[in-house]
Order: sequence, then C-alpha cells, then structure tokens
Amino acid sequence: MKLSILIMVLVVIVVFALAFYVIVKFRRRPNDKIPVQVEGNHKLEIIWTVVPIVLLLILAVPTVKHVFGLAKDYTKDPDAVQVIVTAHQYWWEFEYPQYGIKTSQELMIPTGKTVSVQAKSADVIHSFWIPALAGKIDTNPGANVNTMFFSADHDGVYLGKCAELCGPSHALMDFKVKSVNEGAFDRWVAAMKEPGKLPADPAIAEVFEKQCLTCHAVGDKGLQLYPNLTGIGDKETIAGILVNTDDPQYKNEGTTHDNLKRWIEDPQAVKPGNSMPKVDLTPEQIEGIAKYLSEYKLNVEQ
Amino acid sequence: MAHAHPVKRYTGLMDWLTTVDHKKIGILYLIAGGFFFLIGGLEALLIRVQLWKPLNDFVGADTYNELLTMHGTTMIFLAAMPVIFAMMNAIVPLQIGARDVAFPFLNALGFWTFLFGGLLLNLSWIAQAVPDAGWTSYLPLASPTYSTHKGVDYYVLGLQIAGIGTLIGGINFLVTIINMRAPGMSFMRMPMFTWTVFITSALILFAFPALTVGLVALMFDRLFSANFFEVSGGGNTVLWEHIFWIFGHPEVYILILPAFGIISEVISTFSRKRLFGYSSMVFATVLIGFLGFMVWAHHMFTVGLGPVANALFSIATMLIAVPTGIKIFNWIFTMWGGSIKFTAANLFAVGFVPTFVMGGVTGVMLAAAPADFQYHDSYFVVAHFHYVIVGGLVLGLFAGLHYWWPKMFGRMLNEGLAKLTFWTFFIGFHLTFFVQHFLGLLGMPRRVWTYLDGLGFNTMNLISTIGAFLMGVGTILFIINIIVTAAKPKTAGDDPWEDGRTLEWSIPSPAPEYNFAQTPLVRGYDALWKEKMDGNDAMTPAEPIGPIHMPSPSILPFLMSLGLFIAGYGFMYAENEWTGIMHDLFASHAVAGAGLLITLGCMVVRSLKDDHGFHIEPDEITGKGVKA
Repeated sequence: MKLSILIMVLVVIVVFALAFYVIVKFRRRPNDKIPVQVEGNHKLEIIWTVVPIVLLLILAVPTVKHVFGLAKDYTKDPDAVQVIVTAHQYWWEFEYPQYGIKTSQELMIPTGKTVSVQAKSADVIHSFWIPALAGKIDTNPGANVNTMFFSADHDGVYLGKCAELCGPSHALMDFKVKSVNEGAFDRWVAAMKEPGKLPADPAIAEVFEKQCLTCHAVGDKGLQLYPNLTGIGDKETIAGILVNTDDPQYKNEGTTHDNLKRWIEDPQAVKPGNSMPKVDLTPEQIEGIAKYLSEYKLNVEQ
Repeated sequence: MAHAHPVKRYTGLMDWLTTVDHKKIGILYLIAGGFFFLIGGLEALLIRVQLWKPLNDFVGADTYNELLTMHGTTMIFLAAMPVIFAMMNAIVPLQIGARDVAFPFLNALGFWTFLFGGLLLNLSWIAQAVPDAGWTSYLPLASPTYSTHKGVDYYVLGLQIAGIGTLIGGINFLVTIINMRAPGMSFMRMPMFTWTVFITSALILFAFPALTVGLVALMFDRLFSANFFEVSGGGNTVLWEHIFWIFGHPEVYILILPAFGIISEVISTFSRKRLFGYSSMVFATVLIGFLGFMVWAHHMFTVGLGPVANALFSIATMLIAVPTGIKIFNWIFTMWGGSIKFTAANLFAVGFVPTFVMGGVTGVMLAAAPADFQYHDSYFVVAHFHYVIVGGLVLGLFAGLHYWWPKMFGRMLNEGLAKLTFWTFFIGFHLTFFVQHFLGLLGMPRRVWTYLDGLGFNTMNLISTIGAFLMGVGTILFIINIIVTAAKPKTAGDDPWEDGRTLEWSIPSPAPEYNFAQTPLVRGYDALWKEKMDGNDAMTPAEPIGPIHMPSPSILPFLMSLGLFIAGYGFMYAENEWTGIMHDLFASHAVAGAGLLITLGCMVVRSLKDDHGFHIEPDEITGKGVKA
C-alpha cells in the first residue's frame, strides 16, 4: 500500500511537471508560426509504454503476494480465536464457537492473538470493517461464508463499521473491537458463561423477563434472537452508536444509564429502521431496567 | 418552408416531436440530459448539505438513501450518457462527411425511450416511492423482502426503458461509422472523437445487454415473485453483483472514451498541431475498450471471490493504466512545440489532463486487491470515481460543449463567462473531492447519511460541501452564458475558431439540414487542415450538386416510447392499494396491455407503411433556401 502510494505520487509529480512546463512554454504568442505537424515519435512512445509496464510489474509482485497471504485460512487453527460474525440490520453478532458464547456489538479479543473471522449475514449484504486493524470482508446471505483474519498488537478499543449500504441505519451500524490481555480475555469468557443475573427488584425483574428476554438474553436466561445483554454495563456503546462516557461532549454521547434510557424510550429515533420496537413500559420501568442494565458489569479488566 | 414537398415537414413543437434529424436530436439530448444533470446536481447539493456537519438532521436516513441512489442513477444514465449522445449526434455525422446517421428513425426512437424512461424514474419522487438501494441496487436490499415499497420498481422499469434507447443508439452509431464515411475517409483517417465514439458504441453493444438481462431478472423477482436473487428460494445475490458489474465496468469506459476523444480534438485544434501519436491513440482506445470487459470483479474484491480471482483481476485492472498513460503523454506532447491558445474550451481540456491523472493513479491504487480491502466502499472510492467521472468526463463534456457550441447553434458562447465557469467549477471540484481521499483513508465509509462527531471528519466534510456549492455556481454561470448567448444573432462562421482541422468546420454553423451540399473528398487525416495547408479554401467535392434524399419526420418514435412508459406504469401498479375503477384498470393489466398495444401498433404501422422519404432539390441547396 505504501509502495503504491509512493509510485503514484512519483507518477503524479512527473506528469504534472511535464504538463505545467508545456502549458507555460508553448502558450500562443503573437506572430507564432504554424507549428511543425509532428506525427509521433517512436522512441518516446516506447518509453512511455515500457516505463509504466515496469512500474506496474513492481507493484504487481507484492500485490499478488499479499492477495494470497491475506487469503490464508485460520478457521481450522486451534491457536487462533475463532469468531463467527453474523451481520444483522443493524447490529453485529459475535459467536465464539470454541467457548460456546455469543456477544454482540463489542468484539472482545486477546491482544496479539490471531482472530479468525467467518463472516455471514442474516439478512442483506453488510461489510465487516475495522479500519485501524484490517481490511473489510462482505457478509453475504445464505450459506456463503467469507473468512478473514486479523490481530491487534496493542490493548485498546477500535472502531468497527459496516461498509456496505444495508438500509436506513447503515451509517449507524458501528461496533467496537476491544483488545485486552489474555488474562482479562479468559476472565471475560468465564464471566459470560455464568448464569444470568436478573434485576434485584422483583417487579422490574418480572417486566424484564416478560418484555425483554423474549428476544434478548442475559447469561443462560432468555433468547439469543437479538443482541445478548450480558455485561452490557461494561460496554463502550449502547446500540453501537450511543457512546458511553461520564463526560459527554457530543450529541451521541451520554452515561451508560442515560444512553440505555434514551435507547429503550425510542429505539427508532436513535437508529431508524431497526427491529427493536418501542416497548410498552412505564417511565419507572424504563428507569429500573436502565439502572439494572447499566450496573450489569462483568468487571474482567481488573 | 417555402417549398412544396410530398412529405409534410412540420414546424414548431411538432417539428421537435417528429424530427429524425441527427442535429436536432442532438439538441434534444442536450436539453434533456442537461435537465437531468441539474436534478442530479441538486440531489448532490442536498447530500452535501446533510453532511456539512456531524449528526446533522437536514434530511433523514431514508431520504438520504433515496438521494444517493437517485443522484448516482440520474447522473450516470440520465445526464452523462445523454449529453455524450448529444455530442455524438451533433458531431459524428459531420466529422465523417455523412448527411445523417444510418437509421434516423431509430435515432429518434432512442432519444424518446431514454426520455420517457428517465421521466418514469424521476416520477418516483412524486409517487413518494423512490429507489433507495444505491445505483448498484444490490440484492437482497433491493429485493421485495427488504424493499417493500415500489421504489426499486421505478429503478428497474425506468432503466429498462431508457436502456433500450442507449442500446439502439449504440448500434446506430456503429453502423453509421462503418458505412457512412465520405470517400477517402478510411478508418485511420477518422478524427479521434469519431474513433472513441465508435469504440464506445461497440462497448454499449456488448455491455448493455448484460444490464438488460439483470434488470429483467430483477423485474421478474419483484413483479412476478421469481427467485433469481432470492436466497431462500435458491437464488444468489452475488450473481446480481457479477451481472451488474459486467455491465457496470464497461459503462465507465463508455462514459470516459468519448471524453478522451473530445480532449484530443480540442487540444490538437488549439495547439495548432496534429494529434501526437494518432495511431497509438487509436490502438490505446481499442485496448482500453477490450480490457474494460475483463476487470469487472475489481468492484467485488471484498465479496469473497478467493485469491485467484482477486489476483487476476488486480493485474488486469493495472494493465489498463498502460494505454491510459499513453494517452496522457500523447496529449502533453501534442501541446509540446505547439502554439497553445487558451480558449475556455481548451482550459477545460488542459484542466482535464492533470485531474484525470489523479483519478487514474488512485485507480491503480484501488486495483491492488489487498489495499482495496482498506479503500473499498470508503470515501477514497467516492473521491476516485468522481475524479474520473466529473474531473474526466464532465470536464471533457464542458470542453466539447464550448468547442462545438457554435457548430450546434451558430453562436459563440461568451468567452469571459465561459472562463469564469471553468475556474469556479474546476476549483470547486478539487475542493469537493480532493479531501475525500483523506476522509476515506481515515475510515469514513461511503453512503453514510451521517457521521459521528469527534472522529476528525468535520473540517474536511465542511470543505467538501463548500466546494460542491462552488461547482453549483459554475453550473449556474454556464446556464447564464447559454441564455446570454441565445439572445444574440447567429454570427458564427464556418470555422469560428479559425484553427478547425476536421470536416465539421468546412460547412456552415449551424449545419444545414442535409449537412454537406456535396459530399467532400477526404485526402488525409485532419481533412480540412490538409486542404488549408495545401492552400485550398474549401474541401474538394466528391460529387456534383444533385437532389439530396432525406428521411421523413415521424411521430411514431414518440408514440412507441409513450406506449412503453404507460406499460411500465401498468405493470408496476398491477398490485395496488387503490379502490374503484383505477384499481380494476391496473389490476387487470388493462393499462399495461394498452401501453404495449400502442408500441406494437406503431411497430406494425411502421412496418406496413411505405415511406421513401423526400428529396431536397438542388435549387433549394444553392438558392436562398440554404439556411431555411
């Protein structure tokens, strides 16, 4: 990629310099004679045919090498972290077949380890992209599974995006990749497998079970149809787009609690066209659920 | 008309509805294409207004997707292609010394189907069911499952009807250029613009059927519940991507090759020099056209085709840089040693060269599949293809319009205003799109209706929006120029630039109905320039003055297209939620049937009715009636 930029900048400089020289030097002046009508020049024409061919050959060799390098299949590699990515309108589901867990919107990975991705879609075509870590791969519907791999060299949170137009909320279909040390990753895997905790208040717990767990899951409770809520209090964002921070600066930022409330109150206002309905809840119930979820943490990073 | 003819020659509106004259059809294409260009431009401005700041709520997500879809579709199919057809019609027959195209009736039919297809597509705004799955209309997003309103139906039927026009136009120009060249005009003496039109027409001939097949399949999926692309029914969505790009990539060359031709003519004329390396230019054009068919999968590197396909299509795509590079250097060396006059037309042409180089090098960068994994579907791609299509094609079309305006209308455009148009449009263009390269590298995906704050996208998006408005100002200046010019008398001479090299400059501006009173004899490349250099003040005629056979005007092309338009609506609304008589008429396919009946009926009339055309007599040609 750097090589290609270098060669191209070189080409641009040479051509621009030539063009500029010609434009200045050969402006029409008064008393200009009719110029010589040159048909062509074989030597020059061969030069500017051969030189680009050579430049392209220089570029073609690493291109082909990397095409095959990036196509390496890690899906059978026991040392790699296997992740099955399923794209939905408009959220991301991450399944770890090695550990039997599923999460959503936030891909946890151990720093330094190769992550092997098998990407597919549950509805329309999306494209899985983590600009800072890797290129993108389309998620196709049907049994058309694509593979790729990547790894993160440093701990940190990386922004992921959907890169293929998938409907009204395509622009909002962000996700996060959280790279943590192996110890924290193992603790996270273990915590995800623990039984789900329900709200302490029995009234809220009942509403939560009846209204939320019919689609969502916490731990072993509920259904896995839509984003898994286990440990949602730890996450960087709500719905992939409302950034959780105690120091909100922008319109899409707020505390985890406020973001949850904003989301549950009117999901369509946050992410138009998504599948979450405006659930029939009283303000107190929303408050209770938001409080419970924002405090639902796995605390794996200590 | 002062003369009596066995065939009725219309005046006024009926003249325009029935004309089969390539010059008038060229003007019709220009008006219609210009109109759609303004609509597409307005959509672009709305897009840029929405994106001028993060989390803007000027238009909603749904409307934004409609805008981006209609902007792309309109600009490619209804603005760029028709304006190219306008230039082809206005100039190619004149450049080869012909009196009209091979099939004047088909020519008119091509225009009217394009216009009615375009109108159908744009009426979706009024019906409030606008296509919103992108101009690529990828499935399953555009399938009946995920796109439940009639938007994509408008896309399918509008393009289907407009596509008929493009296809018959392409065939027409192929036949015209092969068969109707003046004596002595061998292939290797043809002007560069005619050559590029020839190759473009060949590309149309092979590329548009692919689109037609794809659209028919999509139409069956949507209107009759077929399963071509329905995954649950065994269909395959990647199939659509292949079909679309097997058409879509040659389409890029269909668009850009005529611009190459225009640039070659304009630069050569205003440098007072023969086009450098003419034969290598011809060879490069043919090669680009040929390679253009083998690179479609570079739009699909991230689809998961596997490393072998990706590597092959990478290399094939890079190869195109070689003939394109040949062209760039040939243009520069055409100017080398020349005597360059910077008219507005030439400013556009000279401005084209570095701009297109920019679009070309980013193209090679995108061609490297591993790097494309990063660039793909980001603003880097948006910048790239706008550099190629706006910086390439649109600058080329502006150059061509300013250059040939006197030949089309008999009036010179105002040079001062035209230069102002160039500078505002050119600077606006680079402001808009240069920064988008960096937005893409920073990770901004394309086709997003908004972006979050704090990602470093804000300033560049603001600059881009300002640039877009500057381009808007440039376009308005151009329109003002047209209006100002139209108010002046027709004073342009035969060769108003005084440096004309090709046959169109040997006849009056605008050209008379029959183009050439006597078919010229072509004695070399740059036929008119050769005569000038040999001290002749006119072309040598190849025939004595005699009666000129002309095709009759006909309303049938208009009616046939109208029939298709009605049939399109009939099929689209066969499933509707209306009540009463309207529901019954559409649901019983009566409307669709009536539309098809009109079209087929016209075809029957056309086939059974003998029409030998008419003759323009020599006294009209030599007498006062010449410019009638």
